[in-house]
Amino acid sequence: MDTSLVMYIAAGGLLLIGSAGIVMSSHLVRIIFGIALLEAGANLLLLLASFREGATAPIIVDGHVPAIMADPVPQALVLTAIVIGVGILALALSLAIRVQRAYGTLDMREIRDRMAQEIADTASIDRPISSHAPLPVDVTSVPSPSEGKG
Amino acid sequence: MRRFTSALFLLGLGVLIAAIYQKMGFHASGSNVGQAINAVAADQLGAANFVTSVVLGYRGLDTLMELTILFTAATVVALVLGRRKPSAKRDPDAGFVLQAGADLFFPLLLIVGLYIILHGHLTPGGGFQGGVILAAAFFVPVLARPGTSIDHGWARLVEGLAGASFIFIGLLAMLEGKSFLTPPPGQGELGALFSAGTLPLLYIAVGLKVGAELAGLLAHLSETEAAE
Repeated sequence: MDTSLVMYIAAGGLLLIGSAGIVMSSHLVRIIFGIALLEAGANLLLLLASFREGATAPIIVDGHVPAIMADPVPQALVLTAIVIGVGILALALSLAIRVQRAYGTLDMREIRDRMAQEIADTASIDRPISSHAPLPVDVTSVPSPSEGKG
Repeated sequence: MRRFTSALFLLGLGVLIAAIYQKMGFHASGSNVGQAINAVAADQLGAANFVTSVVLGYRGLDTLMELTILFTAATVVALVLGRRKPSAKRDPDAGFVLQAGADLFFPLLLIVGLYIILHGHLTPGGGFQGGVILAAAFFVPVLARPGTSIDHGWARLVEGLAGASFIFIGLLAMLEGKSFLTPPPGQGELGALFSAGTLPLLYIAVGLKVGAELAGLLAHLSETEAAE
């Protein structure tokens, strides 16, 4: 099988797995890991955009100029993107630490519920509940089977 | 219901990626900027590594902005996590193996990091990669002995001086009437350690800044006290 085809499938797969982690999981740390995977997929795709058959790294060694050299622009772009990715990851994790300290949980459903409750309390109104809203998550008691899912 | 909409979204994203692949075409770069740079970079900048030429020569301003983003991220992490309570419990020191390993690795990591930074214009590597290794050199001892920490004052000083010298080198070009960060003429012999004009100096500044910033950032994350 063609090596670059495998790489393309890997890049698309990483993008899909990262997005799946973001939209489908409700744990904050898993969402952050999803973002990290998504970044890896995007970086791989950027590098593949400059792929050339039989090309070597764009570096002159001992005055010998290679016949075909890879495009250095996407490589430089990815180099900076990786560093920015590290910064974003650290920032997201530190915000997750703050959320954990403030709410004592990292479950997005519960955090969303608590935030809506706090906003309603601050505005001293009853929390509006639409008929389409998911059922509030109650952590203190294990939900009985009859309650069902939202 | 939520699972269903998520699956639908992912299916749509998959189709979109497939469509991009279709348009992109395999083995064909739509841009010839890279080939043009490969043809002239050795004469214009004198760096054997063309990726370095792009990062510091052709898009030096982008690199400065990117350092600014990293600086902002590190500052906000310090701001968000706040100062540690002196009374907070610390993790116990690691075992003998990890402590001895951290001591053993510190000089090695330091040398490898500095080597990669100094040879950034000749071999794969440079300020960003070497800076991360420098950060690891200073952070691994913190992992082995959580009671100690890196000196944040020193980290901030190195970081500030490195960032200022990057801008200062850029401003030097403006004194001669050229635009910001233009490399000076006279690059030296291609492939020699002292070559490529100001590019190695810029990479040293980048490496020290990235190293100090990441070490401070990791130390802040590890110093955070656990929730009660």
